[in-house]
Amino acid sequence: MSEARTARTPVDTSKIAGWGVDADPENDPTYPYRDRSRDHGLSTDWQRPTQQRSDVEVLQSIEYKHFPAVYGTTVPPRGVSGAIRRAAFRWSESHWLHWLMLMGADRVNVVEGLVEDLARGKVPNVPAEMGARAEWEHNRQGFLTKAAVFAGVSAGVVLLFRRSKG
Amino acid sequence: MLAMDYRGPYRVRLEEKPMPRIEHPQDAIVRVTRSCICGSDLHLYHGMVPDTRVGSTFGHEFTGVVEELGPEVSNLQVGDHVLVPFNIACGQCHFCKQSLFGNCHEVNPHATAVGGIYGYSHTAGGYQGGQAEYVRVPYADVGPMVFPDWMDPDDAVLLTDVVPTGYQAAEMGGIQKGDTVVVFGAGPVGIMAARCAWLFGAGRVIVIDHFDYRLEFVKAYAPAEVYNFKELDDVVTFLKHTTDGLGADVVIDAVGGDAKGNALHTLFGNKLKLEAGSAIALHWAINSAKKGGIVSIVGVYGPTGNMVPIGNVLNKGLTIRANQASVARLLPRLIEHVRAGHIDPKALITHRVPLEDVADAYHIFAAKLDGCIKPVLVPGGA
Ligand SMILES: NC(=O)c1ccc[n+]([C@@H]2O[C@H](COP(=O)([O-])OP(=O)(O)OC[C@H]3O[C@@H](n4cnc5c(N)ncnc54)[C@H](O)[C@@H]3O)[C@@H](O)[C@H]2O)c1
Ligand SMILES: [Zn+2]
Ligand SMILES: [Zn+2]
Repeated sequence: MSEARTARTPVDTSKIAGWGVDADPENDPTYPYRDRSRDHGLSTDWQRPTQQRSDVEVLQSIEYKHFPAVYGTTVPPRGVSGAIRRAAFRWSESHWLHWLMLMGADRVNVVEGLVEDLARGKVPNVPAEMGARAEWEHNRQGFLTKAAVFAGVSAGVVLLFRRSKG
Repeated sequence: MLAMDYRGPYRVRLEEKPMPRIEHPQDAIVRVTRSCICGSDLHLYHGMVPDTRVGSTFGHEFTGVVEELGPEVSNLQVGDHVLVPFNIACGQCHFCKQSLFGNCHEVNPHATAVGGIYGYSHTAGGYQGGQAEYVRVPYADVGPMVFPDWMDPDDAVLLTDVVPTGYQAAEMGGIQKGDTVVVFGAGPVGIMAARCAWLFGAGRVIVIDHFDYRLEFVKAYAPAEVYNFKELDDVVTFLKHTTDGLGADVVIDAVGGDAKGNALHTLFGNKLKLEAGSAIALHWAINSAKKGGIVSIVGVYGPTGNMVPIGNVLNKGLTIRANQASVARLLPRLIEHVRAGHIDPKALITHRVPLEDVADAYHIFAAKLDGCIKPVLVPGGA
């Protein structure tokens, strides 16, 4: 630690009366989970790892000054949800809008997932995805209640649909 | 290869996915042998973490065998059986140099505030998770650790997150000998935090939850005094009264954004998503701490904001400490504790589920069915 950690400042600290007289290395609320002894005054420059390269679209927080060396390349932004995600990254992490748009995109993405499944000719087995078998085995009462609610709602929808047609 | 696939809130299934590839010279490819489901995965499963994309594979607690190595990896060999810390970390940035491996600055383009975590949404870097047959492991010289021969893989897989997180929760509490420690949450993390509080010299350990089966477990395992908050009129007043009217020296939040117990927080935090999760456990933690005391947060919340009584933090002069656990920093010490019999990680595993049944495993763990404490997924070939 020591001098090397001192922030860059246009002020000459040697001219400030009493500079550092109460500095107390014991007063470290981050002990022991931040180990500054390993931070040999390296301040904010470090030897960057090799930069990962890929063709996958990766969105970046505008708060970064550099692009992190390594990143995940799963599920790049696509479709309407992707467009919303791209737009969200115009705002910093400090903006609620950034996160609210991402949450909105997540909801849109669920619909896109359903459409994709159907387009592949696959009807998703939603009860199985939600663990219906486990519910049946370990929470029969819950299973029956949910099944009853589901049946009721479906019957209601069918009725409404018939009415509006008739 | 087969991998867990997220389809939307409460919906997951198994899918055939492309094999992961070496994408960076410091990558490894690992064949997964065990992979747990964590309370953190439930925040994803409930749709609470922004930028959780449909088609993602979750899973940040896994062990596996090294199958392939990038040209810059020198500490591992093909065939090594490794445990992989849940934090992805470069080992050389400003933060890694201070052992803050959960706060690496070279792993996550999507957010500066969040480090890199396997299978934990794009907000944590967009990495594939380990609830799969194979997984890409970046910075393979930094995180993965060949675990000792004598160690059971079931212990090893819990060293990737649960044990270090519980331990760091206690460590951040700055527990002094004789301190009264209250732990909110009797999930795997809270159970481990209660166990570790003794290692730091706690004089009294109290655990709060609303599932009796979990409270029974931790009562014997930690051991600890346990109370069901549903059976108390007011958990904060109860805790004050049982600590000479002063409150606890150290309070640990091992619950996070899926906390139950307050309708307003459930509505705002979980249903409407206007808060970054329900913060009622943290609210209780702040209010039941002694003046001048310490609140240690390991329960996870989203990136927006939560309603918490920050005025009480001020008036009571509390110190708040929080972080993602820095797994690689703690591993050497924790391995000693396992060897010495101070910690028995695998005792937490209640369910061993084939990867194919991932949807049922999620439901059982999320709904706390069948006495579930910790489920581990085992891929077919493992
Ligand atoms: N900081 C980290 O590095 C880190 C690592 C792992 C997990 N976590 C977080 O730790 C938390 C717990 O994880 P887990 O795997 O034990 O999850 P879990 O879901 O198994 O356990 C949470 C427990 O909290 C209980 N609970 C709910 N509301 C409560 C309340 N108001 N008061 C007291 N208890 C309450 C639940 O009944 C449950 O038993 C999660 O938020 C998870 O994301 C953090
Ligand atoms: Zn975890
Ligand atoms: Zn780093």
